[in-house]
Amino acid sequence: MSEASHSLPAMIEASHGTGGKMTHDLVERVFVPAFRNPRLEELGDQAVFEVPGGRLALTTDGYVVKPVRFPGGSIGDLAVNGTVNDLLMGGATPLYLSAAFILAEGLHVRLLQELVQDMAAAARRAGVEIVTGDTKVVDGRPDDAMFITTTGVGLVPPGIDWSPRRIRRGDRILLSGTAGDHGASVMAARFGIELETDIPSDTCALRDAVLRVRDIPGIRCMRDPTRGGVATTLAELSEQSGLSLTAEEIAIPMREDVRALCDVLGLDPLYVANEGKLIAVVAPETADEVLRGLQAVPETSGAAIIGEVTDDRPGYAGLRTALGALRPLDLLPVEQLPRIC
Amino acid sequence: MCLAVPGKVLEVGEDLIASVDIGGVRRRVSLDLVPEVVAGDYVLVHVGFALQRIDEAEAVRTTRLLAEMFAQDDVPPPGGPSTP
Amino acid sequence: MKFVDEYRDPAQAQRLLAAIRRRSAGPMRIMEICGGHTHAIYKSGLDQLLPEGITFLHGPGCPVCVTPALRIDQAIALAEGPGHIVATYGDMLRVPGARGSLRQAQARGADVRIVYSSLDAVDLAARFKDREVVFFGVGFETTAPANGMSILRAARLGLENFSVLGNHVLVPPVLRFLLDAPGTEIDAFIGPGHVGTVVGSQDYAFLPRDYGRPVVIAGFEPNDLLEAVLMLVRQQAEGRCALEVQYRRAVREEGSPVAREVMRQVFEVVDQEWRGIGRIPASGLGIRQEYAAYDALRRYAGELPEESPADVGEYVCGAVVQGAKSPLSCPAFGVGCTPEHPFGPGMVSSEGACAALYHYRRTSPGKEAQP
Repeated sequence: MSEASHSLPAMIEASHGTGGKMTHDLVERVFVPAFRNPRLEELGDQAVFEVPGGRLALTTDGYVVKPVRFPGGSIGDLAVNGTVNDLLMGGATPLYLSAAFILAEGLHVRLLQELVQDMAAAARRAGVEIVTGDTKVVDGRPDDAMFITTTGVGLVPPGIDWSPRRIRRGDRILLSGTAGDHGASVMAARFGIELETDIPSDTCALRDAVLRVRDIPGIRCMRDPTRGGVATTLAELSEQSGLSLTAEEIAIPMREDVRALCDVLGLDPLYVANEGKLIAVVAPETADEVLRGLQAVPETSGAAIIGEVTDDRPGYAGLRTALGALRPLDLLPVEQLPRIC
Repeated sequence: MCLAVPGKVLEVGEDLIASVDIGGVRRRVSLDLVPEVVAGDYVLVHVGFALQRIDEAEAVRTTRLLAEMFAQDDVPPPGGPSTP
Repeated sequence: MKFVDEYRDPAQAQRLLAAIRRRSAGPMRIMEICGGHTHAIYKSGLDQLLPEGITFLHGPGCPVCVTPALRIDQAIALAEGPGHIVATYGDMLRVPGARGSLRQAQARGADVRIVYSSLDAVDLAARFKDREVVFFGVGFETTAPANGMSILRAARLGLENFSVLGNHVLVPPVLRFLLDAPGTEIDAFIGPGHVGTVVGSQDYAFLPRDYGRPVVIAGFEPNDLLEAVLMLVRQQAEGRCALEVQYRRAVREEGSPVAREVMRQVFEVVDQEWRGIGRIPASGLGIRQEYAAYDALRRYAGELPEESPADVGEYVCGAVVQGAKSPLSCPAFGVGCTPEHPFGPGMVSSEGACAALYHYRRTSPGKEAQP
């Protein structure tokens, strides 16, 4: 590695994005060795693969997180896990990813290599290959490093049709682990507030968990509570199903230090992002079986039933507080900011 | 104005800046307003300052008084957390 | 978490609610003064569980809500100064002035940064000696000592590039103002717990003594508030009208002498404009002459606007902040003025009465909302 890298420039320059020799160098010395797979190594403008009969799932996401590295992960991890999870939330077996990089001029190549290694490792753990990609370079401000867009494709087995329209009154709501970890891990750095925590991001691919329970009948739909946290996902599912997803405050698993961080900054942890969790809505008859299946997988061992679907306030989610009162969980109009009051 | 959280003083450093643990989160906190605080004390932290030392004895006393009042009232034991 | 979990214990909450129901002798309109209490009430939903006659009026203890639009315009003007950094608590970032908010100024390129502590603003000045750093320090008596300490620390460090654009307000004068106004229908008060840790409980003795209203100074966890309501209910049942302290673990009679001394040293009492209310004499704190170098208003005099068109012709913001009117009576509520496009602080602030009511009503169609 060091022999190859000593002939790589230390920093990304505009020429790395022009498609000429420097781009080729970068691709062959940084991306290909990390992602290693036959399709990618052909370096065509596209990757071609057989499609078994059935339905394909396709998803895309842009990753712009700052800082690019944080406790428990990096933008590389998010870029793979986030897109893989989006496929899994539709019941799809994830297969292939594409990756488009927008790099800031001045980005250190060593940092790029590390982030690309993170992506490669995440892809291996998630059982997917990164088969095609693109690189562009832009003028950046000093603290911009890179933006990554990944598009993922997967295969949905026959008989799986997960959607909010399938949600029924009486269904159970499952959350696969503690809420608010990812957002809490990046919160202090995001706002430049000095706070020392041991909270790692929860970024991970949920492949083993979803594939383990996928065939259990009664799963209505799944969604990962990323931006906007658990509350936003419950609000969205309520809106899209026309029912009322109601969670019990005391049933929602949460790390004490995440709760403490939110207390200090005046944030509601239910609206804080997660990157390695899923919410599943399941018929009451099979909810316990799905729960046990999730609990048997390390990434979702903390799974719990956190609530139930009612039709009290159609289209709107609610939270039964520890006191027993019902509080609305609305979509937040804007992002939460730390407050003192 | 109102957001203050209890934290435990881990150690007091130079210039009245202490390291305080708030439920597993650590922050440097100024003891300018409560200079007599020592490591091991619990303080209320507001905007990076310790506002006041938390009086553990008072907290215990209050809990006891309330319990006595409930006993007098013959308030039945709680049925459960989600009693509507 | 110690000193937190005990006061969130649901079993204890049920005991307190049962005791309140048993002893409640009649209707009671309680004003909780502090925005943090408003937030705690909505977040726990405890207002829904109290006997029907006990209702809450939301008081003016939200420093964000009462900061005049002029102050925000001044903060924006300072942020737009070349090489300036304006450091602010997150709460103020989205409050609109006449030219939009600090957030919008930030989007246009002004260097506006959120800080958690005034000391972080002092650090910025120490680190960036070639930049003018202005700390937008707002607050009631809880925050004034912390904001004032930033000036004392900056002075000790000999910093020449740090100043404070302050908006500090005092609780007792606005309460007197409210109670002196005819037709005010408040039966009892829940007093601000964290203000109380600084100033002490005696600052509120005037409520029972001069106005015949009982007051209980409360902490901020659900069980603190329930205990405070119980204490008010007992006073009512026993025909008493007194100052009591529920938050005894943090509020001493004399408060924090050191914090009060810092306030006295750095600030002096001045007349103050309250957004949507107007001028209340001797209700604010200004920076003393000897710290003029650290007072942004004096340091940048001549560069700052002196009035704001957004401070006149307010909607009902002022009356809502005083608890005199419900947001429902405002012509703009939910129509032009929403959390996405707030006209005034009541809709921007997360504990503003307007924002809280908006979310409640939006998600509970057809249900009677508590104003």
